[in-house]
Amino acid sequence: MNLRAVWAIYRMEMARAFRTVLQSIVSPVISTSLYFVVFGSAIGSRITEIDGISYGAFIVPGLIMLSLLTQSISNASFAIYFPKFVGSIYELLSAPVSYLEIIIAYVGGAATKSIILGLIILGTASLFVPLTIEHPFWMLSFLVLTSVTFSLFGFIIGIWAKSFEQLQLVPLLIITPLTFLGGSFYSIDMLPGTWRTVTLFNPVLYLVSGFRWSFYGKSDVSIGISLGMTVVFLLICIAIVAWIFRTGYRLRN
Amino acid sequence: MPSIISISGVTKTYATGFKALKEINLDIERGEIFALLGPNGAGKTTLISIVCGIVNRSSGTVSVDGHDISRDYRAARSLIGLVPQELTIDAFESVWATVNYSRGLFGKPANHAFVEKVLRDLSLWDKKDAKAITLSGGMKRRLMIAKALSHEPRVLFLDEPTAGVDVELRQDMWAMVRRLREDGVTIILTTHYIEEAEAMADRVGVINRGEIVLVEDKVQLMRTLGRKRLLLELRSPLAIIPETLSRYTLELSPDGDRLTYTYDNQSERPGVASLLRDLETCGIQFRDIDTQNSSLEEIFVNLVRKGA
Repeated sequence: MNLRAVWAIYRMEMARAFRTVLQSIVSPVISTSLYFVVFGSAIGSRITEIDGISYGAFIVPGLIMLSLLTQSISNASFAIYFPKFVGSIYELLSAPVSYLEIIIAYVGGAATKSIILGLIILGTASLFVPLTIEHPFWMLSFLVLTSVTFSLFGFIIGIWAKSFEQLQLVPLLIITPLTFLGGSFYSIDMLPGTWRTVTLFNPVLYLVSGFRWSFYGKSDVSIGISLGMTVVFLLICIAIVAWIFRTGYRLRN
Repeated sequence: MPSIISISGVTKTYATGFKALKEINLDIERGEIFALLGPNGAGKTTLISIVCGIVNRSSGTVSVDGHDISRDYRAARSLIGLVPQELTIDAFESVWATVNYSRGLFGKPANHAFVEKVLRDLSLWDKKDAKAITLSGGMKRRLMIAKALSHEPRVLFLDEPTAGVDVELRQDMWAMVRRLREDGVTIILTTHYIEEAEAMADRVGVINRGEIVLVEDKVQLMRTLGRKRLLLELRSPLAIIPETLSRYTLELSPDGDRLTYTYDNQSERPGVASLLRDLETCGIQFRDIDTQNSSLEEIFVNLVRKGA
């Protein structure tokens, strides 16, 4: 194992985050605060409680998930797409580094940033609403699992993308709608029957639901299913990455 | 001693069906400077990219110091430093950070003293805190070289290293190449400036349309494939070459002042003495005489034309 290489890439990725601290940390915090103002205050004044939880507190796990998903994808996809775009990827490909080490370093870097971000949003949220975390271990587990899974997914997008447009395509057209429709801001029990069934096909629902359970002990779907679905998505991403690296898809061809 | 790089039966066919390399066999000797020449699109960069692990080959085997580049890629790649043709650097990193990053990427422990020496040798030390984006083109090129040397490679690939580089940097670069060779580093370079290959290389390989057309010791190559020219400055201009001299390959300059005779310098009877006698017979007098060897460039152009 070329641990020095893993460390070199990881450190470079973290340095990039700190160099662009405004973009990486501050802007998601500002947008989260805006969500609180708009959703928490404006809508929260009409919906007082869901499942016995104040609306402001109810949306916190969903908000964190929303940032976690979008930031994990954009961090990881950009991290691998940018060297491809400018051509500096030659160095990575010519280095004595295994695919596993590349993944650990890039996905590790992106996931670390997302986890830090999630915790900052959590801290910001606690300024607006009183928060309880019933299952801190599971809360952290979901945080890590989701960050890693979606960083891996972002990495795949970064390798697949041939242009900046494609890089934005999946997050904008798929992830953002799925997150908004995945019960971040409402309980799926509030939806009419058909839409409720449709929502059950949305993988983000399971993430949000599981994460919310770790806070308040209440969820739309059972925690086992939530965890299972997250792990399944992680395994799918791992399988795709394994295939990419075995074939050299869009990297060594 | 076995060759440091051994390329055997390597082919590359891209997904589009384009055959970039057709059955390449090439051995690079330890410690030599090998110049790979070829026109644009001949397959030079593809071949280098395969050896360095950037592009997958379609078939064949490559080993670096006995290490197979697929089975034992770590050992093989850690011996190689690559300076690609394009200036591709993470623009927002500092010189110091990016060179240390390269060293770490190749699995070498941090050695700030060594990195400092590399930067000083390349006149980059003053710029160590500058971001890559602020460097001039020449400085960026130096930075690319510093990155490639940061992990103390035994084989250095220089892909068109002096394209678009000013005279000073070019001279610095060749001085550096000579120093590296003295330290036992094997250097493989591709270049469009054939006079550089002529000045630097121990051996020359010519690649054209994905095939190695020739590999030869440079001196030997220039001796065997080279042609000589005899230049005669005439006393009075000549309107036409006399019929009696038609058996010589003569060329008359447009103003009729100079006669050029091209001959094979390997030939037993180059015909110089008889030409001079025949000129005298025809009453053609000359005031000066000179001979020239054909350059590597001419040899190269002839080879590539022949293959076309």
